[in-house]
Amino acid sequence: MIDSFQAMRVISEHRGEAIVVATMTAKHEWYKVSGRPELDLLFSGAMSKASSVALGLALARPDRKVMVLDGDGSLLMNLGSLVTIANMAPPNLVHFVIENDVYRITGGHPIPAAGKLSFAGLARGAGYPRSHEFSDLEAFQGGIEAILREDGPTLVCLKVPPASKRVTSTSPKTIEIMGRFREAVGGSST
Amino acid sequence: MVTSGTHSSPAEMAEKVMAELARCHITHLVYLAHSETGPLYDLAERDPGLTVVPVCREGEAVGVATGLWLGGANPAVLHQSTGLFESGDSIRGLALDLRIPLLLLIGYRGWRPEPPFADSAATYLEPYLDAWGIKHYLLESPEGAGVVSMAYQEARETSRPVAVLVVGEGD
Repeated sequence: MIDSFQAMRVISEHRGEAIVVATMTAKHEWYKVSGRPELDLLFSGAMSKASSVALGLALARPDRKVMVLDGDGSLLMNLGSLVTIANMAPPNLVHFVIENDVYRITGGHPIPAAGKLSFAGLARGAGYPRSHEFSDLEAFQGGIEAILREDGPTLVCLKVPPASKRVTSTSPKTIEIMGRFREAVGGSST
Repeated sequence: MVTSGTHSSPAEMAEKVMAELARCHITHLVYLAHSETGPLYDLAERDPGLTVVPVCREGEAVGVATGLWLGGANPAVLHQSTGLFESGDSIRGLALDLRIPLLLLIGYRGWRPEPPFADSAATYLEPYLDAWGIKHYLLESPEGAGVVSMAYQEARETSRPVAVLVVGEGD
């Protein structure tokens, strides 16, 4: 299993100029490690829709890499988005799924089919051209550079330990950072 | 609610709505197919100036449109009233809470000029929009297609979603 906070650090080290959409628990951890907060959309308020928002960003800004840091429970609520993303096939989209097998936000209740399903397999079945799964930090560190060079959409499932302790929220609300974000990604001209 | 015109040809309606979308410089149409506006899909998919983004469930549509808008594109959403009911949390958590100026084109399933409506989807549509505080216009005929531009402009001025309820052949 990978420590989720360490995984965030690895992604942050390799993100370059990428736009990042982070949701659920990942949002709070990402907020603590990101070196480019102006390019981050810390997203909450409509659970499960981070992948859909990221697809829109990837289509609007094909010149930019777009990463989404999704949760397993969150993606389960919006599995159709895998098909929608695969159909539109944005090559600049990298879809990370933090798989901890629980709804950490509720205190650790298990997701359906915890430990039985494969998000990388679901992505392949939906039509993602590439998907990967990591349960070892060193393997992830060794693979991320090549993954980010791939044409996507790519799904990367990171297996992290279940956690029941809720993350203390210190990150700003989405509405508070939207103006800065939209200006930074070039969306404020229309 | 504002009403416009009387019911006529679906093909002519589609042409007029497409002209309105072009007038509004809509770049992406995020949609899920439904019976009221079938001809509009056909025209949209053939329009080189418009990217169509089909979704699997309507709740995705507001999310995709939000991302498009944040990235500088100019999207509109098109699906049936039943899909609007399914989209409730996306409407609340994205379009309303984040103040996204979004044109919603909603197929008015079950609409009739006089009551009773054909099914409960029509019964609940306008009360549902009213409960969210979403302004809506009724589009019954090609002659009334100007409400699309009106709704679009209102969405931009108020930073809120505004809906056009499209009566079509499936009603």
